[in-house]
Amino acid sequence: MISRFASRRISCRGTDGARVAVLLLGSIFSALSLAPRVRAQEPPYFVTYSHALEEPGNLEVEFRGTAASPKNGNPFESGTIEFEYGLKGWWTTEVYLSGQTTQNDSTIYNGFRWENRVRPLLHEHFINPVLYLEYENLNEADRSLLEITGHDGVQNYIVPNGIERAITERSLEMKLILSSNFRGWNFSENFITEKDVNESEPWEFGYAIGVSRPLALAASPRACTFCRENFAAGAELYGGLGDTNGFGWRATSQYLGPIVAFSIPHGPTLSFSPNFGLNDNSLGVIYRVKVSYEFQQFFRSVRGVLP
Amino acid sequence: MSAPNLSGAPACPHRKPRNSDATTRLLAGLLALIACVAAANGSWLKHVPAKDRARVNPYAGQADAIAAGAKLFSDHCATCHGEDALGRGKRPSLRSERVQDATDGEIAWLLRNGNLARGMPSWSMLPEPSRWQVIAYVKSLGPTTVSGSHSREKISTHSPQGPSR
Repeated sequence: MISRFASRRISCRGTDGARVAVLLLGSIFSALSLAPRVRAQEPPYFVTYSHALEEPGNLEVEFRGTAASPKNGNPFESGTIEFEYGLKGWWTTEVYLSGQTTQNDSTIYNGFRWENRVRPLLHEHFINPVLYLEYENLNEADRSLLEITGHDGVQNYIVPNGIERAITERSLEMKLILSSNFRGWNFSENFITEKDVNESEPWEFGYAIGVSRPLALAASPRACTFCRENFAAGAELYGGLGDTNGFGWRATSQYLGPIVAFSIPHGPTLSFSPNFGLNDNSLGVIYRVKVSYEFQQFFRSVRGVLP
Repeated sequence: MSAPNLSGAPACPHRKPRNSDATTRLLAGLLALIACVAAANGSWLKHVPAKDRARVNPYAGQADAIAAGAKLFSDHCATCHGEDALGRGKRPSLRSERVQDATDGEIAWLLRNGNLARGMPSWSMLPEPSRWQVIAYVKSLGPTTVSGSHSREKISTHSPQGPSR
């Protein structure tokens, strides 16, 4: 799916708006090629995690597209496909496969991530912690920007793919996710730490904060596509916090952006977010799109189909 | 933490006892059976605080809320509990006496907290008014009698459109 999407995008030349349109169309096409089931109940964040886990037995398939134009570099688009499965009520596991295309350069596969999220407290509290553990096996040409850690900067995105793809980073990433729901609002805070397990690099840190709310808290009694309850809006703030050799906001990138999401009844959820760089180390604007479907009781359905 | 099952139904472990003594096996079997029965009786109800138990559904009996709840139920609940809410496989019926006799506040507590160890997810991400709408719908369905017939009278009282949308 990534290569199909990427091959469509690689012919795209022009403005950011045109590339975002292609990203969006590609995402919708990819999503519609799957049989839609129902919408997920997760907040619409791109980078921030909340304490919403996948329901046990449900499989969510998600496509995330990211596009940006680094200053003094070639514009790039990244595609990540994500398979999220609810193993238990308190445990969700997820696999990501990422690729990217850089204009005037190449289209390449970047690698995978495997993450697990666990809720240590089984009841709902004012603040709900979730523990997150991820193993990454990605080359340095990865442009998915699913999190920002360490001394990330715009200079990382101007190196040619040929050089960066030769360097594979295997790292462990841990997050402490804190999340609260209050009067329809969700507030989520993620504290991130990452360690390259191959090299003697320092521990890197990052953060993400998100707030979101559906446009209506009560559902409409009639069947409708464009009801307010099917829309959610919010904002995300995220960035790096340096590493053990130099902790802080400086010499790393920071982003802030609004999010809108639209859940098509009995169909996919579409999300869009422009993220604006807040300092000179950041990319000017990152455009993000996401299409997600949830297949309820996936393996039970598959067993039902098999002879 | 013991590994819960995915079904949302009570876990019934079939563990081999370390020794082959028949009495030990029998005791282990009995304990497992007691655990299953206790869970099936709605052990989550014991965890509901009194203030939550006493909460009242602001949408109770309102036709619009029931219709909205039916829509939400179809989106989020029907795959596990069935379109008719009678349960599927090991997923429990929501028209049992136990569920139908539970207070609105008790069901609201369960929807918010889930029963994560037994497979029932938390629906805290669904806004509270929407959860009340689901409860209004589930309660409008009424209990299923022992013989399996449904209390249609109660359904028609609350929902002009009936349970099948």
